[in-house]
Amino acid sequence: MDDQLPVQVTLTEIQTETPSVRTFFFDRSFSFEPGQFVMVWVPGVDEIPMALSSANSITVQKAGDATGAMFALETGASLGIRGPFGNGFTRGEKMLAIAGGVGAAPLLPLARSDCVMTMLLGARTEKELLFVDQLDESTDVIIATDDGTLGQHGFVTDLMKDLSLAAYDRIAVCGPEPMMRAVFSLVDGQGLTAKTEFSLHRYMKCGVGVCGSCCIDPDGLRVCRDGPVFSGEFLKKSEFGHYCRDASGRKKTI
Amino acid sequence: MVVLRTGPVTIGGVTLDNHLLLAAGVLGTTGASLSRMLARGAGGVVTKSIGPAPKDGHAGPCVTLLDCGILNAMGLPNPSREFTGELETLKNRPVIVSVFGGNPDEFAEVAGWFKGLAAGIELNLSCPHAEGYGAAIGVDPLLVEKCTKAVSALGIPTWVKLTPNVTNITAIGKAAERGGASAIVAINTVKAMRISTSLRRPVLGNRYGGLSGEAIFPVAVRCVYELYEACSLPIIGCGGISTVDNVIEMMMAGAQAVEIGSAVQRDIGIFESIKRDLYAKKGIEPGEIVGCAHG
Repeated sequence: MDDQLPVQVTLTEIQTETPSVRTFFFDRSFSFEPGQFVMVWVPGVDEIPMALSSANSITVQKAGDATGAMFALETGASLGIRGPFGNGFTRGEKMLAIAGGVGAAPLLPLARSDCVMTMLLGARTEKELLFVDQLDESTDVIIATDDGTLGQHGFVTDLMKDLSLAAYDRIAVCGPEPMMRAVFSLVDGQGLTAKTEFSLHRYMKCGVGVCGSCCIDPDGLRVCRDGPVFSGEFLKKSEFGHYCRDASGRKKTI
Repeated sequence: MVVLRTGPVTIGGVTLDNHLLLAAGVLGTTGASLSRMLARGAGGVVTKSIGPAPKDGHAGPCVTLLDCGILNAMGLPNPSREFTGELETLKNRPVIVSVFGGNPDEFAEVAGWFKGLAAGIELNLSCPHAEGYGAAIGVDPLLVEKCTKAVSALGIPTWVKLTPNVTNITAIGKAAERGGASAIVAINTVKAMRISTSLRRPVLGNRYGGLSGEAIFPVAVRCVYELYEACSLPIIGCGGISTVDNVIEMMMAGAQAVEIGSAVQRDIGIFESIKRDLYAKKGIEPGEIVGCAHG
C-alpha cells in the first residue's frame, strides 16, 4: 500500500521569532530540498501550504484562520503533514539569496547548506527581521528595514544596487510578491532573469497538482507541482506581481 | 491490441479532437490550464463545476492520495459568473462547462451564461459532498429530468454526469434521456472516507468525500455497461481510466468517448501517451468496438 494519508506529528518546541512569526518544531524529520513545502493540517480548522524551514520545522506568520489556530497551539499538540511537495531552489556555488519578511523561512535551509555567499534580508522593521542570527552563522547577511530601525533604511532592492549581481551564479528570492516583483524588475534590467528564481505563493487546495486552484497565467503551470520555485525567465510574461486567484478562483489584484 | 482510426469525433452534439476528454474538477479552474491540457493532447476539456454564486469550498484537507486512487472533498469552489472571462481565449475549442445548481432554474441560469461560449454543458448532478447540491439532485429521477430539461431547452448540447451512489443507475440515465440530454457521462466519484488512525479523525475536512482513480474503474465499467443496455443516448465513460486498454475496455462496455481525471495527477502527459498507442491512420472505426461486449 502506498496511501499518502497525512502523517501525524507532535509539536516539540514553539519558538517565537518575531511578534508575528513563530517556528513550530515537530518530532519527525522530512527529507526535503530548500524551497519545498508541506501541507499542514490543523485538525478541525484547515490545511495550508507552508515552506519547511528545516527538516523538522515550519516557520509561520499569523495571517488567517489556520495560522491563527496554530498560534493557539502548545507543545504536545498534533498536526497532520502531507508532503514535502513541489520543487526546490536550484543550487549554485556562489548564490545570492534575497528574503523579505517570512520569506526567509525557505531560504534558511538553503543558507545552511553552504551555497549562499550573500544574503539580503529585509523587513518592515527591526523586530520583524527573521532568522538574523541563524543566517549570520552560515552566510554574509546584509539588512534593510523599511523604517530604518536596523541596517539600510529602505528595501532589499536598495541593497542590490550596491552589489555586483554578475558575481553570483544563482539568485534565490522569497518574500511578499510586490517585493519579489521589484527584485525581478532589477534583475531583468541587468539581463539576469535566467539565473534568478522566485518562490511563489498561491492559494492551494490539493498540493499535488490535480485540482488546479494554484495554476498561473498564461501557461497554466501549477504552483504546487511545477513550482513553487520558478525561473525569472518563465515569470517574465506571467501574472506574477500583477494578480492571483482567491479560494473561489476569482482574480484579485496584488 | 485494438487501434482506432485518427480524426475528429462528434459525440452528444460536441465535436472533439479525439475520444479523450479531461474530466471535470481536474485542472479546470483557469482558461490557461484548460488550454494547456488541450495543447497536451486532450480531445476536449470539461471545466471545474460552476454554480450560481462564488464559493470557496470546504476547509482542508481537501485531497488525500491513495495507492488506488484519490479521495477528495473540494466543496465545489468556483468563481461563478466570472468564469466566463476564463473562456475568452478558448472560443470555438472543445470546451464543455460543468454546471451545478440547487434547482432546475439555477442550472438553467448558470448554463445560460455560457451559451455561445462553450461547446456544451455538463450537468454535475452527482457531486457527493456538497450539502443541498449535486447528489441530493442526482439520486432523484424526477429532479434529474427537470434539471436536464431546463438546460437542454436552451439549445446547448447537454451532457448529464451521473452519480454511482444510487441503487439503480439506469433509472437516472433514463430520466436524463426523458429530459432531453444529448449524452450521459458515467460516473462521478464514489462516496468514501478515510480516517487517520494517529489523529483519530477523518482525513478530509468535510469528513466524507468522493473516491476517484483506479479503484473505481470496475464500478464505472459496470455502470456504463448497464446504461448501454438501458438507454439509447451516447455514453461518455469516466472513472479510473489510466491506460489505453482501459479506454478500449470502456468503449467495449458502451462508451463512445471517455473522460480522464485522476490519472493526470501522476502524469500530466497522459493524453499524449494514450493517444500515441490508441490511434493510427489505418486503425479501425470506433463503431466496431463501442458496445461490442454486449449480446
